[in-house]
Amino acid sequence: MSENEKPKFAMYWAASCGGCEIAVLNIGEKILDVDAVFDIVFWPVATDFKYKDVHDFPDGYIDLCLFNGAIRNSENEEMAHLLRQKSKVMVAFGSCAYEGCIPALSNLTTKEATLNTVFLDNLTLDNPEGVLPQETFQVEEGDLTIPSFYHTVKSLDQVVPVDYYVPGCPPEPHQIWAVLEVVVNALVHGADLPPSGAIVGAGNVAVCEECPLEKNVKKIKQFYRPYDIVPEPNLCLLEQGLICMGPATRNGCGALCPQVGMGCRGCYGPLDGVEDQGAKMLSAIASVVDVGAAGEEEAELNRKIEAAMNTLADPAGTFYRFSMAHSLLKRVRTTNGSSQKASKGNSGNDR
Amino acid sequence: MKRITIDPITRLEGHGKIEIFLNEDGDVANAYFQIPELRGFEQFSVGRPAEEMPRITNRICGVCPEAHHMAATKALDALYHVEPSSAAKKVREMFYSSFYVTDHTTHFYALGGPDFVMGPDAPPAERNILGVIHKVGVDIGKQVIDTRIRNHHLIKTLGGRGVHPVAGLPGGWSKAITEEERQEFEEIAKKNVDFGLFSLKLFDDIVLANQEYVDLILSDAFTHRTYYMGTVDENNHVNFYDGKIRVVDPQGGEFVKYPAHDYAKHIAERVEPWTYLKFPYLKGVGWKGLEDGMESGLYCATPLSRLNAADGMATPKAQEFFEKFYETLGSKKINGRFEPVHHRLATHWARLIELLYAAERMVELIADSEITDPNIRQVITSTPDEGIGSVEAPRGTLTHHYWTDDKGILTKVNLIVGTTNNYGPIAMSVKKAAQSLIQKGTVISEGLLNKIEMAFRNYDPCMSCATHSLPGQMPLEVTIYDHNGQVIDILSKNI
Repeated sequence: MSENEKPKFAMYWAASCGGCEIAVLNIGEKILDVDAVFDIVFWPVATDFKYKDVHDFPDGYIDLCLFNGAIRNSENEEMAHLLRQKSKVMVAFGSCAYEGCIPALSNLTTKEATLNTVFLDNLTLDNPEGVLPQETFQVEEGDLTIPSFYHTVKSLDQVVPVDYYVPGCPPEPHQIWAVLEVVVNALVHGADLPPSGAIVGAGNVAVCEECPLEKNVKKIKQFYRPYDIVPEPNLCLLEQGLICMGPATRNGCGALCPQVGMGCRGCYGPLDGVEDQGAKMLSAIASVVDVGAAGEEEAELNRKIEAAMNTLADPAGTFYRFSMAHSLLKRVRTTNGSSQKASKGNSGNDR
Repeated sequence: MKRITIDPITRLEGHGKIEIFLNEDGDVANAYFQIPELRGFEQFSVGRPAEEMPRITNRICGVCPEAHHMAATKALDALYHVEPSSAAKKVREMFYSSFYVTDHTTHFYALGGPDFVMGPDAPPAERNILGVIHKVGVDIGKQVIDTRIRNHHLIKTLGGRGVHPVAGLPGGWSKAITEEERQEFEEIAKKNVDFGLFSLKLFDDIVLANQEYVDLILSDAFTHRTYYMGTVDENNHVNFYDGKIRVVDPQGGEFVKYPAHDYAKHIAERVEPWTYLKFPYLKGVGWKGLEDGMESGLYCATPLSRLNAADGMATPKAQEFFEKFYETLGSKKINGRFEPVHHRLATHWARLIELLYAAERMVELIADSEITDPNIRQVITSTPDEGIGSVEAPRGTLTHHYWTDDKGILTKVNLIVGTTNNYGPIAMSVKKAAQSLIQKGTVISEGLLNKIEMAFRNYDPCMSCATHSLPGQMPLEVTIYDHNGQVIDILSKNI
C-alpha cells in the first residue's frame, strides 16, 4: 500500500451490548485521527454504508475489520462469513467475539430453557396460547422473518478464521488506540504485523502484576461473598477471601476493579499458553488455600482444599464468566440430548 | 401486496427491522417493527450468585450499563432486606445523575438534535453531529465533547470502569468519595448546570424560534394519546433513582401510583410470533393491540412520559423550564397539574429539561456533608429470598426482579427493560408516521424516510445504543416490491 492510500477500515457488531463501540468512541479526540488515517468503508454506528455495499466489495477489500459481538444467531454468522471474505485482517474485538463473554453463560443452559423463561414461564407474561417467536410467520399481509436463535453461543473463531484478538469487556480505550497504531504502521509504513493469531492490545502477565493492592502471601481458609466482609482497602482481595480472577487473567486493563474494592472477573481472558482460564484459576486458588503445616496427609490436604472450595459460590459461572465459549468446556452437555459439545469449525450445525 | 422493507435500521440491543405493507391502492395497510435478536439474560443468570447481577446485567447495554447496574444493585438491597445508609444512597445518586447528563447529552446532540439543527430534509451527509458542530460552531462541539469526557471521568472514578461499572453492592457502594474528588465533582456539577442551560437556550433559538419545526412537533403524524409512566418522589416530582411508579391516563388523571415491588400487579407482557421482543401493557386497562387512547393499555416511558406523569421538577431551574414546556405547548392546568403533552417530538425538549435537573441534583448532592462519608459498604447477615429493584433508565422505567435460594443463588429472574416499555408505542408511531406520509402515489424520498425514522428516534430506543455517540448515521435501506415480489426500487439513506 502506498503512503497516500489510506487503509480501509470496517467495524461491525454481532451479539453484543454496544459497549465496544462506546469504548472506541471513548478514545476521545483521537477518533478524529482514526477518521484521518483510515478510509472508513463500513461501520453501521458511524457511517451509512450498507450490507449491499459490503457484498459488492471485492474479496479482501477491507484492510482492517474490527468484529465485536458473539455468534448468537444465523444473522451474526452470515455477517461473520461475509466480512471474513471481504477483509484482509479480521480482528475478534472485545470479549464477546474473542471468547463469548457474558452472553456465552447461555452455554450453561439450553435454547429451550431460554425460550421457556423469556416467553412461556415468567411472572409478567401474558401468553395464554404459548406463542413463541417464529423464524417465518405469516401475517395477513405477507411473511415476516427473523433470524434463527442458536443453541450454543460461539466465539468468532469458531465460525471463521481470525487473525488477531483484542481482549476486554470492553477493551480499554488506551489499548484500542495502541492496536490501531500497530496496524497503521504495518499497512502504511511497512512495519511488521504481529504474528497471526496474536492477542494484541493487552499485556502478557497476570492482572496481579499491575494491581497496586498489597500481597502478603497470606493463606485463606474460606471464601467470602462481597457482602460478608468489608475488605481492608489496600490489601489483596483474594488474600482476604474475596474471589478475584486476577491471577488467571491477562493484564492490560490497569487492574481497575480491585482498586475500587471489587474483585477481577477475568474479562481480559487467559494468559498466553493457557487454553482454559477456569482451570488456571482453580490452580491459583489451590495455592492460596491454607492447607496447614507441611507434612499433612494428602487426604487431609484435599479435604481442606475441598472445604475451602465449598465456600465458593458458582465456580463455573465465576471462573468462566467471560471465557465459556472459548474454554475447553465450551458448553455444558444437556440431558435431553439436544446439545452437543461445540468445537472450532462446527459452524452452525447446532442451530 | 406491495412491501417496503427497512433492514437494518440497526440495533435495539443489536438490530431492528421495519416491514411496511402497501395495499392495492398504494396506501399503508400495516407496518411491523421487528426485533430479530435475543440474548437470554433472564435464563443464563439463573445459577449465578445474586450479587454478581450488577456486573452481569450491565452487559445488556453498553450505552446505559449504569442503569442496569443500579437497578440490579437496588434489587440486591431488597433481596437481602438491607437499607443502604443515606450517604451510600447519595453516592449512588451522584453517580447516576452524572450518567444522565452524559447520556442525554449524547442523544440530543448526536441523534435527535441533528434533525432540528440541520433540518429533517437536510442532506443526510450533513444531518449528523459533525454537521451540527459545523453549523453551530466548533466551540459548542467542544462543549459537548467536554461534557461527555468530564462525566465519564466521574463515572469511572465512582464506578470503577468507564463502561460496565462494578461498584454496586447490596446495602451500599464499594467506592467512597474522597475530599479531593469531592472538589473535582463540584466543578463537574456546576459545569453541567451551565451546559444544561446552554442546551435549552440552543433549543429555544433553533427549534422554538422556527415555526416550521413547531408545526412539525404539533402535527398529528407525531402525536399519540397513551398512558404515561414515570418515577416520582414524595412530592410527585420526577426522580431517576428512587420513588414510586406513577401512571397517568391520556387526559392527565392519576391512573395508579405504586411501589416498584408491585410492578407485576400492574404490568403484563404480550408475546407476538413475529418478533423476539415482548409488548408490555397496563393490566388495569388491558391489551387492545397496537392502539392508543384511554381504552388501550399501551403506555410510554420516556423523558416526555416522566414529565407528564409528574407534577413538576425537584430543582428550581428545571421547574422553570417544566412550566415553560407545558405553557408553550398549549397545555392547561387541570386540578393543579398540567394536561399531558402527547406530541412525541417534544420528547427532545423534555430530555433537555431532565438533563438540567440531573445537573442541578448533582450540585445539591455534592454540597451535602455526608457525601464524603467513607463508610458506605456494610456487612450483611440476613437471608436472601426475593428482591425487586427499579430505577428510571433514560429510556424508561427499568425493573429487575430476582428470586434466590437461601444462599443467594438465583433461581429465577424477570427483567422489564427501559426500551421494552415503549415497544408498543414505537411500533404504533412508526405505523402512524408511515400511514400519514405514504399514500397512493407518494414518491418515497429520502426526506420522507427520515421523517418515519423521527417517529421512533424521539424515544431514544436502545437500538440507538451506539448511534448515541458519533455521527449518528446508520444504514437504512428500503426495498419496494410489487405484487409479484419483484424489486421495483431500492432507496437508501442515513439515519
